[in-house]
Amino acid sequence: MKLTLRIWRQASPDEPGRMVAYEVPDANPDMSFLELLDVLNERLTLEGDDPVSFDHDCREGICGACGVVINGQAHGPRERTTTCQLHIREFNDGDVIDVEPWRSVAFGVIKDLMVDRSGLDRIIQAGGYISAPTGSAPEAHSTPVPKPIADTAFDNATCIGCGACVAACPNGSSMLFTSAKVAHLNSLPQGAPERAERVLNLVEAMDAEGFGGCTNTGECTVACPKGIPMDSIATLNREYLRASLGRK
Amino acid sequence: MTFYKIGDDIADTTAPDVPIEQRWDKRRFDAKLVNPANRRRHSVIVVGTGLAGGAAGATLAEQGYRVIQFCYQDSPRRAHSIAAQGGINAAKNYRNDGDSVYRLFYDTVKGGDFRARESNVYRLAQTSTQIIDQCVAQGVPFAREYGGLLDTRSFGGVQVARTFYARGQTGQQLLIGAYQALSRQIDAGNVEMHARTEMLDLIVIDGRARGIVARDLITGQVSTYLADAVVLATGGYGNVFYLSTNAKNSNASAIWRAHRRGAYFANPCYTQIHPTCIPRSGDYQGKLTLMSESLRNDGRIWVPKNPGDTRSPDQIPEAERDYYLERIYPGFGNLVPRDIASRAAKNQCDLGRGVGPGGLGVYLDFADAIRRMGEDKVREKYGNLFEMYDRITGEDPYKVPMRIYPAVHYTMGGLWVDYDLQSTIPGCFVVGEANFSDHGANRLGASALMQGLADGYFVLPPMLGNYIASTKLEKVDASHPAVVDTVNEATGRLTRLLSIDGERTVDSFHRELGEIMWEECGMARSEDGLRKALGRLPELREEFWRSVKVPGTGDQLNQSLERANRVSDFLELGELMCVDALHREESCGGHFRVESQTPDGEARRDDDRFAYAGAWEFGGTGTGDQPILHKEPLNFDYVHLAQRNYA
Repeated sequence: MKLTLRIWRQASPDEPGRMVAYEVPDANPDMSFLELLDVLNERLTLEGDDPVSFDHDCREGICGACGVVINGQAHGPRERTTTCQLHIREFNDGDVIDVEPWRSVAFGVIKDLMVDRSGLDRIIQAGGYISAPTGSAPEAHSTPVPKPIADTAFDNATCIGCGACVAACPNGSSMLFTSAKVAHLNSLPQGAPERAERVLNLVEAMDAEGFGGCTNTGECTVACPKGIPMDSIATLNREYLRASLGRK
Repeated sequence: MTFYKIGDDIADTTAPDVPIEQRWDKRRFDAKLVNPANRRRHSVIVVGTGLAGGAAGATLAEQGYRVIQFCYQDSPRRAHSIAAQGGINAAKNYRNDGDSVYRLFYDTVKGGDFRARESNVYRLAQTSTQIIDQCVAQGVPFAREYGGLLDTRSFGGVQVARTFYARGQTGQQLLIGAYQALSRQIDAGNVEMHARTEMLDLIVIDGRARGIVARDLITGQVSTYLADAVVLATGGYGNVFYLSTNAKNSNASAIWRAHRRGAYFANPCYTQIHPTCIPRSGDYQGKLTLMSESLRNDGRIWVPKNPGDTRSPDQIPEAERDYYLERIYPGFGNLVPRDIASRAAKNQCDLGRGVGPGGLGVYLDFADAIRRMGEDKVREKYGNLFEMYDRITGEDPYKVPMRIYPAVHYTMGGLWVDYDLQSTIPGCFVVGEANFSDHGANRLGASALMQGLADGYFVLPPMLGNYIASTKLEKVDASHPAVVDTVNEATGRLTRLLSIDGERTVDSFHRELGEIMWEECGMARSEDGLRKALGRLPELREEFWRSVKVPGTGDQLNQSLERANRVSDFLELGELMCVDALHREESCGGHFRVESQTPDGEARRDDDRFAYAGAWEFGGTGTGDQPILHKEPLNFDYVHLAQRNYA
């Protein structure tokens, strides 16, 4: 397959970026999207050009490191798929494909397709945990958790922190990311003691990081490679209201 | 020609000489304590934020030490522990199926083909139950039964259901638990976290590990960090093979640099080839993807009976299929340990019965499971794995059998550590996959997560405290000659890589190294093949330093430079792996020497000659330089030495 990639090139945070077109004449339908970039980078290296920088690691769709906007969609056209798990068979011979970094006020571009997502870490640091120092845990079966609750917690805990929700949101909001953590921990009996404080702190941190507000457009859930649902945002809003009213 | 020298034997002198059940209690009781008020004055460097490093950093910080922690990823949450799918073992015996600490210990020693240290394995089994408690308290959403209690399943190499899991994402859930605990400590100011920062070298002063040299991957700035002790939690070295199931950036530089500074490297040839990976599809392939071994609980592995049968699987009638694992190993069937399952797949493909591109694959078929449990139940158990397979191959495993083939997955070898998890450099502790300690020559499924968390949460912290409490450390600063020398060496190396400006890319060298290692030091190893590899590897290394092309500069984000530095270490490590594989003239676990097999093709150990861990001392990389072998004899006082038999 012959593909043309138009890739965002930006040398550093302070310099302006621009789209640069590259032809890849030897793309294979079974390649992953990142393998396509690898092939391009091998060529650029040999030609003396600067290879394209992009974040990636596990290449199994679970570490959350990779993520680019492909033809305007975070992680590209296939539903519930990270960039590393997107394959070239989703495209047609001769396609021109736009490749850009996550775009958001809270995610500054570091170089080319790499952005700074440390704001998401700081949201978790603000209270996205259960305080259970090592060694202090009761026997695991002392607190049964009904299966539907365990399943809800799990579904939300599958968030990989890639930031696609933020990139897809017209407001640059990290509401889906934050709500997944609230829904994961606040639904469990182990998370109950810190329930109110947790949601208040997470929302405060989210705002402080410069993420936008949520207007329920739902673009985030479409982009989310793990299918975190809009319900989680409703859960966050409910938890936030409950905590704000000071009910225990 | 021999490729090594033999040095003195080495022994673990830290495990107390009391019955095995009491050793860990006794060791902890004998350990010196650091007064809680004094801990704040002691700093510890932790490199890596996977299960072992994340758990260690969080726990040490909770205890009051000042932790300085590093990861090369943009966030500690991305460490490759996150990709573990299947589960975590623990001797809870919730199933009342005869499990116990002793049985988990026994299974692990046997599964490791009698090449692990009994004391360490017993402690691992003891600690396992606490891990589950800890993780549940952190909010790790393990799979549960309708009654609200934890569900378990069975895994390869065992006959009890002791594996706790969170759908097919157990590693992710456990890692997020550790990451959250670490995040809490970062917020509290107890952990100084440096993400996107890679360790370049270990600083050793007066024989003790006192810090690291690290590079900020964004700015290129090379800095020194000094502390009272250094913990390496940097994972395994499977990426020596280029293609493996490891994350693309997983690397051996931290442990290899420590090795060059004096830490012995034990059993480097013990690598695990995982039987259930997705076969490769082309030359551009950057990495391989594993499908959890838990699939073998319900999937049946088969190949066509007739070599070269190209019919689609649904056209091959039952009578013309060979469910070879069930046939050869009726007792364990599809659940034989990983090394046995991998070799059996290779044997079938060598017989010409392989399926898919190049005949390098076997079927893993869920048709019976779907008939028995229904598609919904299969979806609930394995849904995400099936989706992953579909995305990568474009085939729907609910309708067509999966194709699988073995791939490098885990390295049992690693830096030698004593019972305290301390390497041969005092003050340098090694945890998780980076050390060699618990799995012998083969790791059982769901035991990596167990070991990582056991080391990080429960084993390392008291032993690190003991080191600090019993060691008088001089204050050092960045002007110390040893620090300056180490920084100069590390930066000099980067400058040299950048200045070569040759004609081959880093990846092309890495790929060639990987091919040599896979052919000659992979699933089956022979004297001839290993000698051939040892002839070629020094040439390749020399060629690398002469003709690699690394674009860009060192004072900027430069992913090519990062890779070049890692590959330069892989090239040296690959050689040591081949030397180790050549010297060990027996087959054991993941190390299969074709010269040492039973008439029916099973691994044959040679306990008289090789019942030891081989700990290698770095001998240099110049012409004529050779590594030095120190043997740690292994005693089996509790588990009777016997040939493994899974029939």
